[in-house]
Amino acid sequence: MKPASFEYHRATTVSEALTFVNELGEDAKFIAGGQSLVPMMNFRLARPTALIDIMHIPKLNSIYRDGDSLIVGALTRHRTLELTTDASVVEGFALLSSAARWIGHTPIRTRGTIGGSLVHADASAEWCMMARLFDAQMTLEGPRGRRTVSSGDWFQGMFSTAADFNELLVEIQFISPRRYGALAEFARRHGDFALAAVAVAFDVVDDRLCNVGIVIGGVEGIPVRASEAETLLEGASLGAVDVEGAARSAAAGVEPMESEPGEAAYRRHLVDTLTRRAIHDALATRVQ
Amino acid sequence: MATASSARQSQQWVGQPLQRREDSRFLRGTGRYTDDVPHAFALHVAFVRSPIAFGVIRSIEVTRALEIPGVVAVLTSADLGHPSLTGFLDRDEFVTTSMPILAHERVRFVGEPIAIVVATDRYIAEDAVEAVACEIDELTAIVTMDDQVPSQIPIHDAAPDGVLVDLRMFTDDELEGVLAASPLVVDETFRSGRLQAAPMEGRGALAEWIDRDDQLVVTVSTQLPHQVRTGIAQALGLVERQVRVIVPDVGGGFGFKAVLGREEVAVAAAARILGRPVRWAEDRLESLTASFQGREQEYTVRAGFTEDGVLTGLAADIRCNVGAYSAFPFTCGLEPIMAATEFLGVYKVPRYASRSRGIASNKPPSNAYRGVSRPQIVMVMEGLMDRAADRLGIDRVEIRRRNTIRPEDFPYTGPNGITYEPGSYLEALELCAAQVQQLGWWQRREEAAPGFIRGIGIANFSERNAYGTATMGLRRMPMTPGFEVAHLTMDASGDVTLTSGTCSAGQGHETTFAQIVADRLGIAPDRIKLRQGDTDLTSFGWGTFAGRSLVIGGGAAAVAARKLATQLKEVAAYLLSVSADDIELSNGNATVRVSGESMSIDDIAKTVHFRSHLLPAREEYLLESHGSADPSGMFSNGCHAALVEIDAGTGAVCVLDYLVVEDCGVIVNPLVVDGQVRGGIAQGIGSTLYEEAEYSSDGQPLAGSFMSYLVPTAAEMPPIAIHHLETPCYQTETGVKGMGEAGTIGAPAVILSALNDALRSRGAWLEHVPVTPADMQQLLALPIETESS
Repeated sequence: MKPASFEYHRATTVSEALTFVNELGEDAKFIAGGQSLVPMMNFRLARPTALIDIMHIPKLNSIYRDGDSLIVGALTRHRTLELTTDASVVEGFALLSSAARWIGHTPIRTRGTIGGSLVHADASAEWCMMARLFDAQMTLEGPRGRRTVSSGDWFQGMFSTAADFNELLVEIQFISPRRYGALAEFARRHGDFALAAVAVAFDVVDDRLCNVGIVIGGVEGIPVRASEAETLLEGASLGAVDVEGAARSAAAGVEPMESEPGEAAYRRHLVDTLTRRAIHDALATRVQ
Repeated sequence: MATASSARQSQQWVGQPLQRREDSRFLRGTGRYTDDVPHAFALHVAFVRSPIAFGVIRSIEVTRALEIPGVVAVLTSADLGHPSLTGFLDRDEFVTTSMPILAHERVRFVGEPIAIVVATDRYIAEDAVEAVACEIDELTAIVTMDDQVPSQIPIHDAAPDGVLVDLRMFTDDELEGVLAASPLVVDETFRSGRLQAAPMEGRGALAEWIDRDDQLVVTVSTQLPHQVRTGIAQALGLVERQVRVIVPDVGGGFGFKAVLGREEVAVAAAARILGRPVRWAEDRLESLTASFQGREQEYTVRAGFTEDGVLTGLAADIRCNVGAYSAFPFTCGLEPIMAATEFLGVYKVPRYASRSRGIASNKPPSNAYRGVSRPQIVMVMEGLMDRAADRLGIDRVEIRRRNTIRPEDFPYTGPNGITYEPGSYLEALELCAAQVQQLGWWQRREEAAPGFIRGIGIANFSERNAYGTATMGLRRMPMTPGFEVAHLTMDASGDVTLTSGTCSAGQGHETTFAQIVADRLGIAPDRIKLRQGDTDLTSFGWGTFAGRSLVIGGGAAAVAARKLATQLKEVAAYLLSVSADDIELSNGNATVRVSGESMSIDDIAKTVHFRSHLLPAREEYLLESHGSADPSGMFSNGCHAALVEIDAGTGAVCVLDYLVVEDCGVIVNPLVVDGQVRGGIAQGIGSTLYEEAEYSSDGQPLAGSFMSYLVPTAAEMPPIAIHHLETPCYQTETGVKGMGEAGTIGAPAVILSALNDALRSRGAWLEHVPVTPADMQQLLALPIETESS
């Protein structure tokens, strides 16, 4: 479990990082917190010829508010997001802090970054789900300059994104705040990757749900929106939210991965349970 | 034997909750494990391992690997002279097979070592591993105990049907008749999944040939220093003196290191051949997939009961998937023999017959894992009790009460030929049941939220341990463990060095052995230093396993301490002009009982060493003693209870609360005992709800890291309350019984019992572990049986 040999380069600015990747080519890889890449290298499942360490680029570690949007630098640690609860910054995105608590264990959260997680694109990753839920815009810097990709286009398949090898994710802009929300996950042990996870968020206007978002993670190759269930809940009056119906609809709508017999049925069952729990929990945040 | 004098032994230190002397270095990271032992010139090793489960080796091409800068050698079985290890039982029912140090002719499991690469560092060694090309003709893998491929060669030619050991140790011609006449026969098949002990520190070795001593010095992470010496000497054609095994701190053994691995021998062989120091540290992938495993077992049992729930007889067919090889020195007979011999546990079973088999498969070999078959047999016995209780409408505690060996039955001899010394079987059960009541568990059981179901489990069991020569001799191994010898030396400052052939794998030997010796010498435990794990410094011994260290090693230390105390008293008596019988050793002084006149033990030590002319001429100089112990073996016992909750929405199981009543005789250090209990329960819960070394149908390991081999973390552990009972052992001077495995043994049974209690209302019944959330969800999805149906 030792990696194959590789070069190591440290970038201190975005342009320096881009210069490195331009010179080193497709077999080079950016490394941030290394929480997924390093184990993959140790198993020799990943064999980059060079690592470009972006952890020392100071400007990419930031969280700030811009109108309705929350803008997070790509190198912001999970732990920083977990601890950012100031309403003036995270209003409408309070779920991000509680979602961060589901990520691995504290040492992992102090090292791993939101950008690294989004680029790694594990379908059960909390940030991937949150990006879908809050309609994040991913800003990339690359040889052709700066471009922005919406979360709907970002995830291209398991561990695959719209970013090109020579593009660096620099910023994530969450653009759809929602006042109430909850994340329900199930893993075999505390801190493990979820077998299934469901995030729910909505606003309430005139005692009716609106802007309902439901995202299912860990079940298909990418995090998916449960649009039928969202439609079902949209406009529902608080006293008559069809939680069961939404859960059934979310479960019916997924096409779960199956690596062993029975797994798909089990994951579908989990989606049902977790959707119910997430909606209940989200409704409960309103009562508090 | 417990004598009047030992009963009078003052117990100033034994029984005290002393912080472990080991804790400081273990917890601060200043311990020294095998891979921490510095060596400026050591070469590093990586192994070329089989990518397939079963096949015939056609060729091994190493040229490209040797061209990589930094690669020193790539050695195959032929280069080492085809060394092997053979675990052997002197029984007709045992098929002797050998385990080559490096695969020769055939590969028999994924991860089996084929060649050893020696390089200047591990990174280069792993690069070279990738450059070695092995041509292997693949055969169909035998993965489960029911896989049979008659059209191809067997795993071992000597065992065409794949059965390596087939024991009918207990037969009873009248059993079938008794079962036929029994009002109830519970007929069930229980299964347990394959496990890995997963110690924090994997195996490892550092070997160097030292010309000056004509000796191969092998630093190794093991529980069995002397058996490792024997195995390496045999495999490499050396005599015992030519191998020195040194064991520094060991980061967990759990039986996983009560064995000699082939990699350790390969490292030693490479050092010998190359004339250079060579080292290897097993990584987690190797540890999980290519070392030793255990516990994959199946029990088909029929148990007869009277209408009152009293056992009439039991027939068991036991099958153990022992993997591809028979491990050295304890063989693949380990699990089947243990299961058959100790099956009946704390219960009176009038008639008993069993067949127990060890069946080969294309998986890593099985070896001892904490509890060895006892977690299974207790799970089966308790499952039978629960099943019979349900069928007969008897309370689950009551049916156990009716079958448990009672105080007046001791010494009790079972149909397994074992004579049980007194234990608190019934008392433990009653106390446990009373505690469950008192703690309000029965109420809590009814208080589950909608969508959740709760259950309470109970498991009453024994743990046989400290197997001495008399008991081990019945197994018919050419190497019969049992005794221990301890040496004590008091130096000129009055400090004591104790050596023992047992060998800590991370327990508290340095603390607890010192407590035993301290009471006998009347000095503080911190004046006593235990040296262990060096075959050149200690007497021959049998290492640590099966709860033997404190009982046998500590028992030998107690004997040696008693003798050393006599020497101290004799010197003091001479110097104080009294009789030795009048001297008492306590608080660092030798005191004359009547007059109160005293001298310090430090002064006695100084006099013996430096001013020997003040003493009469004698045969033996200095302050040295040795002691031996070899009890036949004994039973600790305990009763566990657990309150569990099943989440019907996810199938997840949460152990809400856990209760332990345990009796290990005299407790030397309650902190150590409680730590052993808790750690054991963690492993037991792991094996019941989380861990499994799963394999694909073609024999590929599916659990190669801790992301897929799910060891429970602190977050998965319930609160555990521990109650102690004390039935002193009469076989040892200390009254101590072993207790290292009890937690692991009780936990699967009690969790399964609790789950079945919870599932009763759903008409479901579990008889396998581990129970995964997916299994549970599937069970809960079954249509509910109603009373009327």
